[in-house]
Amino acid sequence: MHLQIRHASKAYAGIPALIDAALDLHGGEALGLVGENGAGKSTLIKLLAGLEAPDSLEVRLNGARVTIPDSAAARRLGLRFIHQELAIVPALSVAENLFLNNPLPRIGGAFVNRAALYRLAREAMRRLGIDHIDLHQRASLLSPGDAMLVKIASAFIGADEVQQQPLVYIMDEPTAALNQAEAELLYAVIERLRARGCALLVVTHRLQELFRIAQRVTVMRDGRVVDTHKIAEASAGELIHEMTGSSAAHLPPVADKAKSETTDDQPLLRARDLQTDALLAASFQLRAGEIVGVAGLAGAGRSQLLQALMGIDKLRAGTIELDGEALRNPAPAVCWGRGIAYLPEERRSQGLLLGGRISHNMTLPHLGRFRRWFALIDRRAEDRRSQQLSRSVQLRATGIQQRLRELSGGNQQKVMFARAVLAKPRLVLLDEPTRGIDVGAKRDIYRLVRELAAGGTGILLVSSELDELLALCGRILIMRDRRLVAEASTANLDERALLSLMFEAGGAKGACLMRYNLATN
Amino acid sequence: MPQRPHLPSFLRRYGTLIGFLAIVLFFWTQRPATFMTLPNWVNITRQMSILGVVAFTMTIVMVTGDFDLSVGAMASLVGIVAGSAFQQGAGMEQAVALALLAGVAGGALNGLLVAGAGISAFVATLGTLTVFRGLALYTSGGASIYGRVIPAGFSSFGRGAIVIGELTIPNLTLLAALALALVFVILRFTIVGRRLYAIGGNREAARFGGIRIARLRMLSFVISGLGAAVAGLMLFSRLSTAHPTQGEGLMLQAIAAVFLGMTMNEEAQPNVLGTLVGVLILGVLANGLTQMQIDTYIQQILTGVIIILAVTLSSLSQQGLRAPEWLRRLLPQRDEAT
Repeated sequence: MHLQIRHASKAYAGIPALIDAALDLHGGEALGLVGENGAGKSTLIKLLAGLEAPDSLEVRLNGARVTIPDSAAARRLGLRFIHQELAIVPALSVAENLFLNNPLPRIGGAFVNRAALYRLAREAMRRLGIDHIDLHQRASLLSPGDAMLVKIASAFIGADEVQQQPLVYIMDEPTAALNQAEAELLYAVIERLRARGCALLVVTHRLQELFRIAQRVTVMRDGRVVDTHKIAEASAGELIHEMTGSSAAHLPPVADKAKSETTDDQPLLRARDLQTDALLAASFQLRAGEIVGVAGLAGAGRSQLLQALMGIDKLRAGTIELDGEALRNPAPAVCWGRGIAYLPEERRSQGLLLGGRISHNMTLPHLGRFRRWFALIDRRAEDRRSQQLSRSVQLRATGIQQRLRELSGGNQQKVMFARAVLAKPRLVLLDEPTRGIDVGAKRDIYRLVRELAAGGTGILLVSSELDELLALCGRILIMRDRRLVAEASTANLDERALLSLMFEAGGAKGACLMRYNLATN
Repeated sequence: MPQRPHLPSFLRRYGTLIGFLAIVLFFWTQRPATFMTLPNWVNITRQMSILGVVAFTMTIVMVTGDFDLSVGAMASLVGIVAGSAFQQGAGMEQAVALALLAGVAGGALNGLLVAGAGISAFVATLGTLTVFRGLALYTSGGASIYGRVIPAGFSSFGRGAIVIGELTIPNLTLLAALALALVFVILRFTIVGRRLYAIGGNREAARFGGIRIARLRMLSFVISGLGAAVAGLMLFSRLSTAHPTQGEGLMLQAIAAVFLGMTMNEEAQPNVLGTLVGVLILGVLANGLTQMQIDTYIQQILTGVIIILAVTLSSLSQQGLRAPEWLRRLLPQRDEAT
């Protein structure tokens, strides 16, 4: 069995996510796929699954050219997927969820054969060695780890019935939400599948896991395949080096980066033992004028840290002090009022009113500042300020009345940025501010971040781009498994060292925590 | 991005208005002697004033993406509340104040259920609709309140008018105009209005952007309850009768008017001037069809068909619901900004 992938390319809105990637999968072998967030791994998998239309793609199965126009075609070819996002329908039973991506057994063409459905579901679960999950219970009652196991099991539905050809299993971070014992179950299954002659492609962020299950490993970076090694000949250090490479080309020089040398006794922000439903522990300080980065792998809890500070997730424990004054019961409205500005990760769903005008989007959290005659909006002042901000962020638009949906991603992000800085904030929380925007807009945003810090604003920057963190920040907070675990000065830090910090203990210790891994990369 | 054929944007935005003018033109030609006269139009404004008040305040609720199905039942209940107060010997001011208070309380209850308890507006207000109706029937014993218990001043208001030279403006029309102006100012010029639109546009973004969503949704239901109460009093005053189900038709018509108004907005947002056109369409249809002596049952069918037609056409062109192939071939292509 041999699956050959060539010339896999895909760009989103003109920004390449995958560039001429090539892979070979062989029967009886597990290929590990590693790379930083945004290296193109998930994009490659989506193309193979028929979920996204490729810009170019050539796939040969045992030498014969095949096409994958949709997910049904991928299925017919014998490809089985475990995607990163957890797709469970809470209202359906466990067994019914197992069949979400599989054809249901039928009676007379129209009726579900429930007996066969539960028999096949039981077989698939048994194959994984899972016997503690009741197939009849509703999926909403599953723990996150169990839900992930169910999802994994759904890839093994009917695996015994397709005897004529071994299948290809493609898994995108399958163990991210599993604890060690659960992960062991999956490793055993992978071994069995390999023994039967199946080919496997496993994306993982955990290097220990990679060395345990894979025979070969392919490294991706910036949308390209960098290299492929036999696992016996690879070392963790070498892989990390290949993952990071030197992609800082588009960044401005680091000379003027704001370092943490200020000696104020009073920090701008002091967070102690923050804990929410999605964050286990975080304590740190941030001084005025300082740019502090937050690094971590997908699912490490970076966004959740910002959301805790912004009062979006309710604090279960811990204290937040801004300028020495406690921030009690933080809520977004309170936080904006106290001078904390927030730029969320998903600008389209969490930030923008896409049908709204540019000026209205900019002033949304600050309408109180444009109050006139008790309740009215001083529209002239609003327009003036919006125009001013449009200029300072170098927005490209026909005017401040233009609607947001008509702007490019980079310009939409600039509107978000204008919103964040409108009221001269004390503290700005930035979550992936340069994701999915072009190089020019990126450079503008870097400039704005630096200007802001130079003016005395404290900045907390979450980013998956390590070069960005290293270039902008004086200090970097490291998060793993929903905890803030370390802090590093960037003075003597390079990408490789930073990535090692992010990966450290990614295996046994880190795997004790269960969570949905909803982030995409 | 592939270009999508669109109805020309002119037709998209003004289709409903053109339809309204066509309806007016039709009745004008059919009833040239009576339809296009000042007295008839004054009459139309009075006939639709009550619906207008409900529809204008309903617009505020719908701006945030919610509904208030309880307005008709509330209008009925308010009539019974005021009527009962009269029976107990209350003065006009007391009865009116009590009735308005009932509207505010009912709206606050809806707001608590929707914004506080997080029940969907549809279910919550369907529930309170039934409760309000039951309360009205129980309080009144199912009978109408009319006759001498009602102060003369109260019933004369609903029939009264202000005369300015040639022009006679009914009190009810004035009240509706006042409600229109208030809602217009709130939605268009105030901070609250802007925030309400933000909630309707993207609830999560509004929350992340520091808008207190629960509070504002609550407020919108209170305004809607108050509007229903004012409408209930207007109805009571005009009919000099409070019947426990007399407001029932208002809810569906008000929502229909807001939907008609949404077809006139680029972003398909509820807007009160559009709602006004919606109310006018419904009012003119009722007036004209009655003049043509068309059976009221048939009138309902025609009204329903026209509402569906307007909203369908608008959504075909606006929301990217693709028009059928034969229709698209007839339409000019329009470049879409990406």
